[in-house]
Amino acid sequence: MANTGWDEFEIGAMLRSFDGKIDDIAGTLQEDRKYSPNNSFMASVADWRIEKPIFSKDFCIDCQFCWIYCPDMSIIARDKKMIGVDMDHCKGCGICVEVCPTNPKSLLMFPEQADEEAELAQWPAKDEKEK
Amino acid sequence: MSEMKKIKNLKEFSTSADRFEGANLLCPGCAHSIIVREVLNATNDDLVLSASTGCLEVCTAVYPYTSWDASWIHIGFENGSTAVAGAEAMHKALKNKGRLKQPERNPKFISFAGDGASYDIGFQWISGCMERGHNIMHVVLDNEVYANTGGQRSSSTPIGGSNTTTPAGRVSYGEKRNKKDMVAIMASHGIPYSAQVAPNKWKDMVKKIQHGMAVDGPVFINAVSPCTTEWKFDPKDTMMLTDLSTDSLVFPLYEIIDGHELNITYRPKNVVPVEEYLAAQGRFKHLFKDEYKYLIKEWQERVDANWAYLNRREEARV
Ligand SMILES: Cc1ncc(C[n+]2csc(CCOP(=O)(O)OP(=O)(O)O)c2C)c(N)n1
Ligand code: SF4
Ligand code: SF4
Ligand code: SF4
Ligand SMILES: [Mg+2]
Repeated sequence: MANTGWDEFEIGAMLRSFDGKIDDIAGTLQEDRKYSPNNSFMASVADWRIEKPIFSKDFCIDCQFCWIYCPDMSIIARDKKMIGVDMDHCKGCGICVEVCPTNPKSLLMFPEQADEEAELAQWPAKDEKEK
Repeated sequence: MSEMKKIKNLKEFSTSADRFEGANLLCPGCAHSIIVREVLNATNDDLVLSASTGCLEVCTAVYPYTSWDASWIHIGFENGSTAVAGAEAMHKALKNKGRLKQPERNPKFISFAGDGASYDIGFQWISGCMERGHNIMHVVLDNEVYANTGGQRSSSTPIGGSNTTTPAGRVSYGEKRNKKDMVAIMASHGIPYSAQVAPNKWKDMVKKIQHGMAVDGPVFINAVSPCTTEWKFDPKDTMMLTDLSTDSLVFPLYEIIDGHELNITYRPKNVVPVEEYLAAQGRFKHLFKDEYKYLIKEWQERVDANWAYLNRREEARV
């Protein structure tokens, strides 16, 4: 269906969010869902980004501010822990970095081509000037 | 009535399984999406949703993709509210006739629309839904402008904003008319619940959405939705702008129960001058020229007067 042109599919055809039946969507996490190819979850906006967030878990207090304020469902929280960024859906807006309360921040923006391991190895230290 | 989802704190909230998906085409930093997530995640019940034409609808249903993991309908600009009200009426009729296949499920009927779709073009349709008493919730994503078509003023646009149809320039300071008070207009239909919310105050939002879902009858919610493109600020600053909007009392957070009982639900510890809110947005840049500075003073006076009015109403319990 995803490869059918807009003028090729039958009148009344349905594009579904999922393949098959899910009884309790609100109780089924993304990794356990069978997304259909027509769900935007299966698409990527990674090429929108100029900058990307990198997550350093050393200072993270799992406050979930980044989770609630990320506009693109791209902060992955499981069992009340922040476990990483969904790089297919992150648009690089930088909100998660702004709302992260730790010192130093547990999320920082870098150019899209930056090397994650190298940046994590030289993560800034605590800024003493901050209160 | 199904059981209300327990959300004591943000950690607990973060265990929610989102029913609104990424790789939609909303701008980076768009607040519409933050609001939609907070509303949808306030319940585990089934959802029957609509979106009126506008950024949210246009960006989340682009062939061949949908970003919605729930029943979702779009018809036109004006009638998202009545589309959902029709579904709700059908559901009620089938329930009464004992013809629902799963009568134990309690879907929530929610209509999302922009300020253009709510304050202007869908106004009479929403009013009809409120008056007829449908068991629906109408949520306005209030970015104070027709964002999706390039920034035309709506009746939600505040004084002094520069918009494509009310541009600031040599002869004008931009929009000249004051914003319509939709929360009060909707409350005056005598509906059980009408409230203003903001995505930065997620707990206040969830409480109000859950209250709205629990009452029997129509609910109106106005959500401030800072728009990085039309308000002209950096996408990373969406939450800062939302904080400024609530803490300057430009968007006070309150609720009106049964059309009359007004409660203020958030009192900022440090009230921020309106000037700071205006200064953070490109759409108000021209107000800082000497000849227009009097407008900033008038802005502050209007916000102060509105806050005093809300406080008087809360105190008088009318
Ligand atoms: C009846 C009708 N008039 C005009 C339009 C063109 N139109 C599409 S989206 C839009 C702007 C929507 O503004 P708003 O409701 O505030 O939502 P926003 O995009 O700001 O979220 C307009 C004018 C339309 N689709 N239908
Ligand atoms: S940069 Fe923006 S889209 Fe990406 S994870 Fe952070 S808040 Fe989400
Ligand atoms: S905002 Fe920062 S501290 Fe809080 S969960 Fe996210 S990364 Fe961790
Ligand atoms: S124009 Fe504004 S409301 Fe529309 S998608 Fe962009 S940020 Fe969101
Ligand atoms: Mg709008």
